[in-house]
Amino acid sequence: MRTIGFEQVSRTVESLCIAACYELPDDVRAALEAAAAKESHPAAAKVLAQLLDNARIAADERIPLCQDTGLTVVFVEQGADVTLADTGRNDRITLIDAVNEGVRAGYEKGFLRKSVVADPLNGRVNTGTNTPAIVHHSLVAGDRLRISVMAKGGGCENKSQFRMFRPTVEASEVADWIVEVVKAAGADACPPFVVGVGIGGNFELSCLLSKKALLRGLAEPHPNAFYAQMESELLAAINALGVGPLGLGGDTTALAVRIETAPCHIASLPVAVNIECHSHRHKTAIL
Amino acid sequence: MIELRAPLADNDVRRLKAGDEVVLCGVVYTARDMAHKRLCAALDDGQELPIDLNGAVIYFVGPTPARPGAVIGAAGPTTSSRMDPFSPKLIAHGLRATMGKGYRSDEVRQALKEYGAVHLATLGGAGALLSKHIVGAEIVAYEDLGTEAIRRLEVVDFPAVVAYDAAGGSVYDMIRDRSGV
Repeated sequence: MRTIGFEQVSRTVESLCIAACYELPDDVRAALEAAAAKESHPAAAKVLAQLLDNARIAADERIPLCQDTGLTVVFVEQGADVTLADTGRNDRITLIDAVNEGVRAGYEKGFLRKSVVADPLNGRVNTGTNTPAIVHHSLVAGDRLRISVMAKGGGCENKSQFRMFRPTVEASEVADWIVEVVKAAGADACPPFVVGVGIGGNFELSCLLSKKALLRGLAEPHPNAFYAQMESELLAAINALGVGPLGLGGDTTALAVRIETAPCHIASLPVAVNIECHSHRHKTAIL
Repeated sequence: MIELRAPLADNDVRRLKAGDEVVLCGVVYTARDMAHKRLCAALDDGQELPIDLNGAVIYFVGPTPARPGAVIGAAGPTTSSRMDPFSPKLIAHGLRATMGKGYRSDEVRQALKEYGAVHLATLGGAGALLSKHIVGAEIVAYEDLGTEAIRRLEVVDFPAVVAYDAAGGSVYDMIRDRSGV
């Protein structure tokens, strides 16, 4: 068994939060550059160039990419041969506490916006720390700990949707609805998007899969040929909408569609679409 | 490219057409969800507002904390439609431009027409770039709201597009008509 201390988890989450909010991932930058080179609308190409400028300014001058530094979503994959332990003072600390301590420190030291309210309906008072984070933990084989941090903006999250289909529908009907969801998101959610799609599982799993799908690289199509083709056909249909960068028209409404699936009930076909803005901020570390 | 000076003169607002690119100089106020709710509640109660709405521009933004020595942190637009229930009342009381990202409701469009105001769209998700056009920032109301407090910003050559004009035109309608989808 390997032992990893909670302090190391906290420090890792802290640095991932800061890196995510200041440094656009290489694959997103490459996708924006490729889109700018292909755009047939000069105004849209100009917007894409401004978004690339923004990424350069953010990294060089240490100004966050976007003022909405998000609700922090943290995926922790714990190898079965890893023990997480408190190497310090308090044996009551949990993995969740360690992650939240990292988020609190990262958002404070990184001059990031604290965008979390404690009670959703009654008072909506800001917690002042950007915690609690949303933490998804899973056990996998091996002796590593994989931590992915996503700074997920509210504007695009607000446009995400879920629908329960009849199990007898054709794939095309599901695809048409996904395109409609993206169209409805439009200018409100900062296109060009990365579109995360979760198909199958149940009510809550499909939504989780749609978020998890966003973590797959933009240059990595689905390993299954059926879903790889569905991703590429959906991308073409979405870009045919003409919504364009920031909704001001153009060929680039999405950079990629990413699908994750799970087995489901014979009666069900749950589908979730998680809209992600062009400022697709996420970082991963493997301990 | 049209240069606009804020607070806005009525004539400058009325000549703007949907799709025009503008650069904004002068004073704009920040406000987002909770500040809008409070401003409208103050109007309903007959109280004096903490800002002068005559010819004013309200920018829908909640910036990141400024680093020591910096004017402001990242400061890009938030989604405009969340302010749809509140904007018509503020426009009726003198507000002449709102600035954010995305679509506005029919009720807001009607208010823009009725009172001669516009909605500007600026660069969503470009908070670092846009912060370079902000040369002054001070909190003027609702400090307890933190990032959602009302700030008085001094802006220089702040880039935006006229998304909805005072004659009922919309850049988003133009794009939809052009793409036919």
